[in-house]
Amino acid sequence: MTAAPLLQVDQVGKRFGGFVALDGINLSVAPGERLGLIGPNGSGKSTLVNCICGTLQNETGSVQFEGRKMDGLAAHQRTILGLARSFQLPRPFHSMSVADNLRIPLLYAVKARSGSHVAKADADERCVEYLRLVGLDHKAQKQPRDLTQVEMRKLELARAMASEPKLLIADESMAGLSHSEIDDILKLLVRLSERGITIVLIEHIMSAVMSFSQRLVVLVSGKKIADGKPDEVVRNPEVEKAYLG
Amino acid sequence: MQSRIFLVVCIAVAAAIFAFARWLGSEYLFFAGYVVVQFVVLATAWNILGGYCGYVNFGSAAFFALGAYTSVFFHKTYPLPVPLLILLGGIVSGIVGFGMGYLTLRLRGAFFAIATLALAVVLQTLIINWNYVGGSRGAYTIRPPSIDILGATLPYMQYLFLLMLLLAVVAIMAARTIERSRLGFGFATIRDDELAAEACGVPTLRLKLIATTLSGALMGMAGAPFPYYIAYIEPSSAFGLAYAVNSIAMPMIGGTGTWIGPLIGALLLGSIQEVARVTISSAVNLLIVGVLLVSFVIIAPNGIVGLVQDRLRARKK
Repeated sequence: MTAAPLLQVDQVGKRFGGFVALDGINLSVAPGERLGLIGPNGSGKSTLVNCICGTLQNETGSVQFEGRKMDGLAAHQRTILGLARSFQLPRPFHSMSVADNLRIPLLYAVKARSGSHVAKADADERCVEYLRLVGLDHKAQKQPRDLTQVEMRKLELARAMASEPKLLIADESMAGLSHSEIDDILKLLVRLSERGITIVLIEHIMSAVMSFSQRLVVLVSGKKIADGKPDEVVRNPEVEKAYLG
Repeated sequence: MQSRIFLVVCIAVAAAIFAFARWLGSEYLFFAGYVVVQFVVLATAWNILGGYCGYVNFGSAAFFALGAYTSVFFHKTYPLPVPLLILLGGIVSGIVGFGMGYLTLRLRGAFFAIATLALAVVLQTLIINWNYVGGSRGAYTIRPPSIDILGATLPYMQYLFLLMLLLAVVAIMAARTIERSRLGFGFATIRDDELAAEACGVPTLRLKLIATTLSGALMGMAGAPFPYYIAYIEPSSAFGLAYAVNSIAMPMIGGTGTWIGPLIGALLLGSIQEVARVTISSAVNLLIVGVLLVSFVIIAPNGIVGLVQDRLRARKK
């Protein structure tokens, strides 16, 4: 890796009472990279995402984004700096239309970053653009409750995109979807990656992770046990043991 | 409708109400009308935190009473004109609202509601034990019979009613402006999902503090003229259950989330209560509010505004 890392996670640790959720995780993500993060249930993937995004504060270690220390920053400040995430279970704003859901990051994250207000016409246009990107433009005026599961996941990704991030963390955005729906989301993620956005994909579905990732990181019981090229990582005996017992 | 036009309409309506009441010439009308309009302000103020942000405040009476007791304090130390007292009451209650927001910002749902209730009890205890403002025996604030404004002599009760009308215009304008602004969108994200709001770059903590401060300040402003209206004030009336319950019930029945909901709820419930006070008994008020609140929660959880919106949507389909 030659370029300075976009995201640098150093010795990050987090415990919940006596349970060690993350145990000294080191991870670096280069600009433009497509990284897959896998691990069995309860291995600490979502906790790591929460520590990176500021939803939880890590107890030890530090998280750096573009060389800047993020420790102590609230989640919204990290979003403003260019770190976006989608949630494992979609969390749309129920009382707003699909288009207005995308307006929120434009009104807050993008405005706070640029310092200038996004004009209404411009915001409308951008909302439609992001919805078209995920194929939801025909549902712009619908309420989130009118969407299907896969559309909800797309909305979740579109909303994360609307904050114009440098790094997008997609937390299990394909869980529970059918094969064709998974392909839909994968194509979408590849499109986003082609726009120059660095993507960390957290997923259980191996075929999806393998086809998407340039590099694969494996977490087991809060520890990183492998980090490297996907086909090498899956042949790693420790990884095989963790997955197949 | 543009804000400027809306403001003109609001002032025109307020002026028309005042002129109509003058034309009818009944002092009682001003006396009863004051209470109804006061509830418009309280309900609108509650709605900023409760309706827009989804944080249920059970301590409305405390903010109202703080405004009232600010007036009592100044009445005894250095009497000031009522408009100035409204401003001061707003500042005091706004500061307490900010403090409450800061102390309770980690609490959500029922826990936040309980904390606000506790705040009301603590403040009431403080006032009961503060001898200077009358303690538990209460304080007299006798209002002058009339006041001269702009060369005209106005009975004091009419003057207070006029001030409350103007305050209602201010409250409604504030609520409506918030609703359509960036701030209003931010408030709605807090109501819908705070975690997702943070992930979209919304500074939820700061927004909550703005809401508690604004809501508290408006409630304090509604309370500031109250000692002059009632002439004798004591803690159990200023911190009365009726204020807390009505501030919640009126937006809930009218419809939270919009500026017009609390207005409808306050006008409806306020008027019903004033009529019941005269025709049935002065103790029947809370019973009416209770029954209406329960029936609305069951039949129309989104209030009158929600009911109308659903009907309109159904007709469109």
